Amino acid sequence: MSASNQLNTAQKIVVVGNGMVGHHFVEQVANLRESATAAEITVLSAENRLAYDRVHLSEFFGGKTAQDLALTDEATYSDWQVDFRTNAKVSKIDRVNKLVITETGETFSYDKLVLATGSYPFVPPIPGGDQPHCLVYRTIEDLEAIQRTAESSKVGVVIGGGLLGLEAANALKQLGLQTHVVEFAPQLMAVQVDAGGGRLLKDKIEELGVKVHTSKATKVIEQGEVCRYKLVFSDGTELETDMVLFSAGIRPYDNLGRENGLEVGERGGIVVNSQCQTSDNEIYAIGECALYKNFIYGLVAPGYTMAKVAANQILATDEQASFNGADMSTKLKLMGVDVGSIGDAHGKTEGSLSYTYENQPEGVYKKIVVSADKKLMLGAVLVGDTSEYDSLLQYMLNAIELPEAPEALILPMAGDKPTLGADALPDTATICSCLNVTKGDIIEAIDLGATSVGDIKSCTKASTGCGGCSALLKNVVDKELENRGVEVKKDICEHFAYSRQELFDIVKVEKISSFEQLVDKHGTGSGCEICKPTVGSILASVWNDYILDKAQVPLQDTNDNFLANMQKDGTYSIVPRIPGGEITPEKLIVIGEVAKKYNLYTKITGGQRIDLFGARVDQLPDIWAELINAGLETGHAYGKAVRTVKSCVGSTWCRYGVQDSVGMAIQIEDRYKGIRAPHKIKFAVSGCTRECAEAQSKDFGVIATDKGWNLYVCGNGGMKPRHGDLFATDLDDETLIKYIDRIFAFYIQTGDRLQRTSVWMDNMEGGLAYLQKVVIDDHLGVCDELEAQMANVIGKYQCEWKTTLENPEALKRFRQFVNSDKTDSNIQFVTEREQIRPAREEEKINIIDVTHVSKAVALEEE
Amino acid sequence: MSDSKQWYTVCSVNDLVENSGICALLEKDDEKQIAIFSLPQQPEKVFAVDNFDPIGKANVLYRGITGSTQGEPIVASPLYKQQFSLKTGLCIQEEAAITAYQARIAEQEVQILL
Ligand code: SRM
Ligand SMILES: Cc1cc2nc3c(=O)[nH]c(=O)nc-3n(C[C@H](O)[C@H](O)[C@H](O)COP(=O)(O)OP(=O)(O)OC[C@H]3O[C@@H](n4cnc5c(N)ncnc54)[C@H](O)[C@@H]3O)c2cc1C
Ligand code: SF4
Ligand code: FES
Repeated sequence: MSASNQLNTAQKIVVVGNGMVGHHFVEQVANLRESATAAEITVLSAENRLAYDRVHLSEFFGGKTAQDLALTDEATYSDWQVDFRTNAKVSKIDRVNKLVITETGETFSYDKLVLATGSYPFVPPIPGGDQPHCLVYRTIEDLEAIQRTAESSKVGVVIGGGLLGLEAANALKQLGLQTHVVEFAPQLMAVQVDAGGGRLLKDKIEELGVKVHTSKATKVIEQGEVCRYKLVFSDGTELETDMVLFSAGIRPYDNLGRENGLEVGERGGIVVNSQCQTSDNEIYAIGECALYKNFIYGLVAPGYTMAKVAANQILATDEQASFNGADMSTKLKLMGVDVGSIGDAHGKTEGSLSYTYENQPEGVYKKIVVSADKKLMLGAVLVGDTSEYDSLLQYMLNAIELPEAPEALILPMAGDKPTLGADALPDTATICSCLNVTKGDIIEAIDLGATSVGDIKSCTKASTGCGGCSALLKNVVDKELENRGVEVKKDICEHFAYSRQELFDIVKVEKISSFEQLVDKHGTGSGCEICKPTVGSILASVWNDYILDKAQVPLQDTNDNFLANMQKDGTYSIVPRIPGGEITPEKLIVIGEVAKKYNLYTKITGGQRIDLFGARVDQLPDIWAELINAGLETGHAYGKAVRTVKSCVGSTWCRYGVQDSVGMAIQIEDRYKGIRAPHKIKFAVSGCTRECAEAQSKDFGVIATDKGWNLYVCGNGGMKPRHGDLFATDLDDETLIKYIDRIFAFYIQTGDRLQRTSVWMDNMEGGLAYLQKVVIDDHLGVCDELEAQMANVIGKYQCEWKTTLENPEALKRFRQFVNSDKTDSNIQFVTEREQIRPAREEEKINIIDVTHVSKAVALEEE
Repeated sequence: MSDSKQWYTVCSVNDLVENSGICALLEKDDEKQIAIFSLPQQPEKVFAVDNFDPIGKANVLYRGITGSTQGEPIVASPLYKQQFSLKTGLCIQEEAAITAYQARIAEQEVQILL
């Protein structure tokens, strides 16, 4: 095709509105078109910024910035050769000459026009509703205004108890306001849930401190007596508040259609057909401004489908593409309350029957609506527990025949609940609704060679939106692979067809001491970031040699390699060990002086020690030399190793203490420090049952009794907290240590890669009772060996930093450049709260290395 | 254009760390930072790529773990673990790329074609 030919066929597409759907359309066209000249795109946005994620808008109050929420940026649009204008509100369409005109009088000609103008919050015509602190919740600017108003407010009211209203109420609560929700209907979320669900939802939300007023119509907003305003309701009651947020529904921005002769619905919305065309064939409407079969789809997923259809129609890449409505089922968490709504939640279908399960004490409500013959799922309401949502949705979407007793699907009959296997789903079943990926798409990808969830994610994009489908996706993929006789592998990576435990046994039995030996005999290729550190950790657990040995260096994660934790800007943090949290004033002063000298950000950690941040790689040895000189040691904050042994002050000082918890904590920390394990290990020792050291949340928790120590095992804080299990009671010092030795060694041998003891325990067949049998009764006859294993590694402890400082070869690695003494000019700090922090991208200046410049100046002066 | 390129010495073979990386500063080329990896098992022996991690936005790639994926030599970023091919500079998991430079060992010196 010649260039001129291409010019002739160039199609001008103008998109009005750059919300989530408008942007999705642009992205689709940019991907589908043959070249940028084949379809020229112009985007006109009324807002002062390009598209952002409205769905996650509330996270703005959780600290996300406008930049974090952005779905695109100017550079990307320029890259795609998309012409765009912000602050460009379109006020008129000239359909005869095919032009759009903006408020400022600029005109743009089009071949195809796409209206993606979305919707705006409906503000009911209440007298006094237009005062300065009466706001809405739709754009980033709205949220900024809310934030400003909230600063001078104590009480806030949300008018409207729908989905968005509750989200807005949560935001007000987070901003520290005493919060009320006022709803006209007799229940909350009347669209999605039934009366029973609504009742429970109200209880739960009130428990969280938000006051809910249902069946209240606001008559007028007057000046308040205690607060800024006063709402007067039609029943004569009143409510004082400092601010009002309207969330009483949305209305489509259909004025461009209405004023320019396009067909619009009776209650608003630009009418479209299943190709997303309006009554003018050259004009399309998508997203929340479009009305399809008398319905506005107020969710983002249907909008994305429309965007895709319109793009394929306009580019003629798929003439079959059509929008045929969408399922509006939703699952969400509102103020921590799980809510799910599927299909015909209200049982409006002729002859439908329903089953309800309500558990008031636990705050769970579940209802399913089935067809008259009890064969098909029509809808469901779930409040307080949405674990069955995926299954129920699949039953409905795919018209899968229900089991004999459909109620079993929602009854809490532990164990024998009929589960919907991935096999039962038809190929048309939607697995990921955000990205519209079906089971058929997944099977096709597997046919084309995908062999893992990761492959499927990258080729189908499934599970890259809200992430809610990830469990189901894994289920389907594993099942499909299994069906084809592909063994779903536990291999740690492509280089070793073994699990961590198998590798551990091989290393031990065959006395293997290097990665090369292991990969030569039992693996392929040259390793990767998964197997190398795993093998490094196994070698360290079994042999406990110095980890920066020449052969060990390439195996370690950067943190282990540089014996410090890498931060986002490539600098490191430094954590000296402070056993049991006990430290002398002298050592504290040294830490303070070192931090001051090297200008390090200093913070008390959650593990009772002190973290110094912002050290460049080349500064690490000097800093550690000073710390070691003062008698401090490495804290292994970088290693999958023993971290901290937290302690409370115990019987030495505390009037309730019954044992010396600090002494025991220090003894434990000194015994196990440096030992490498499948994951990090934390301990704590409390001096009495008040448990001030929070020992039950640690891998090993020790709590003093008047007869000795109670030992708790396999607790966890972090992402999925787990209380430790009481393993043994009233132990003397010696038995306590013996049991810890054995359990710790058993975990090192049998734990999976990056498996904390909590997960290890949860996966252990026989659980706590089994572990007690192994460790206390020596059921497997391995206790001697476990103890010997421990004694061997304990005997070999060295402070890795001390060893490193004595080893010139190892020290050579601690420099940014092999050929220059300059420092990395991309590392830049700014001051915040009197200390340094890494500069953000936009704060960075292109400076030349300052140390170097000052050196050069000094030389000249000489 | 390739004929205007030249081999530049950046360091000595003694500076290399086997199966791992080091970093050199190219003063002539606007202070560009180059990560250099020594992989004795590979026929090329040495590889050179940008040190800047475009995803983590920091100069850290030389501190990553090296290895292979489907036979292709790679380095994994120490920040967020994405792998970059040492041959092409392409990121395996995401849409991102760094520059890969031709590198060689000549008379005990590590050289890069620029
Ligand atoms: C510094 C510190 C936060 C603080 O400012 O207080 C911290 C910082 C980090 N934590 Fe933590 N955690 C810190 C106490 C904790 C605690 C509290 C405690 O230990 O009592 C927990 C929950 C307890 C637990 O582990 O069960 C904790 C749970 C985690 C987790 C989640 C682990 C889990 O099993 O769910 C991670 C991620 C991981 O390990 O995979 C993590 C990971 C991290 C990493 C390593 C993330 C990273 O890769 O950069 C942070 C780097 C530290 C650094 O650069 O120095 N950190 N982290 C605390 C250091 C304690 C210390 O003195 O060593
Ligand atoms: C707080 C909040 C939470 C939400 N949560 C969810 C959720 O969890 N799940 C879900 O599916 N959906 C959710 N939604 C709904 C979702 O955000 C919308 O469905 C989606 O944004 C609709 O996209 P759109 O492009 O049609 O409209 P919008 O994103 O509103 O974009 C329309 C754009 O067009 C501009 N515009 C209007 N008129 C003109 C004009 N004349 N000229 C130029 N530009 C114009 C507007 O300024 C706007 O920028 C939520 C919405 C909000 C506000
Ligand atoms: S919780 Fe831990 S891992 Fe997360 S940001 Fe804080 S310190 Fe880092
Ligand atoms: S359903 Fe949201 S990512 Fe798949």
